[in-house]
Amino acid sequence: MINTMLTISLVLISITIVIAVLRIILGPSLPDRVLALDVIGVNLIASIAVISVLMNTKAFLEVILILGILSFIGTIAYSKYILRGVVVERKRDR
Amino acid sequence: MNVNAIGEFVGAFLILIGSIMSVISAFGLIRLPDVYTRSHAATKSSTLAVLLTLLGAFVYFWTTAHFISVRLLLGIVFVFLTAPVAGHLLVRSAYRSKVKLADISGTDDLREVLRKEEKEQ
Repeated sequence: MINTMLTISLVLISITIVIAVLRIILGPSLPDRVLALDVIGVNLIASIAVISVLMNTKAFLEVILILGILSFIGTIAYSKYILRGVVVERKRDR
Repeated sequence: MNVNAIGEFVGAFLILIGSIMSVISAFGLIRLPDVYTRSHAATKSSTLAVLLTLLGAFVYFWTTAHFISVRLLLGIVFVFLTAPVAGHLLVRSAYRSKVKLADISGTDDLREVLRKEEKEQ
């Protein structure tokens, strides 16, 4: 029964990722696409937690932290790019 | 039913509720009209979904293996701190780069402020 519940939740999370990919393809503006990428990153974290429960191992728990940091940095860099046009600014005095 | 079975069931149930929340947020992501309303679905309920899932995994490992995973707790704290900040920055940059609001939205209070700021530069 536990295995059935975990498999159902894994399927639901993958449905979410498919819908977010659909939003990336459809999305009219660039912030829509970045928002959908953020949703994909957050759902990858959840799916890795479910997989580590399903396989009954503790080896994947570092991946959660790494993916959280990478998804956050990616979203911040994209929003900076949308706002300014560059990611790393050289000139400080504007 | 002993304590281990109850703990397993509570963990799996929290994970199931989290994935149902994630599907609800995905429907918000595909159905809502513009980027500002979509960001509600993409940040708030998605954050709740991943927090419930990580809490379920934490409860599962705590009761079955008697292992209090600091990495899962750090992941919960980190997602809870960073997901609203990322959503706020993204919507701010979307508004300042003039992404259009949906047609049914009535007022746009910040437009005057933005116009005045552009005139000063």
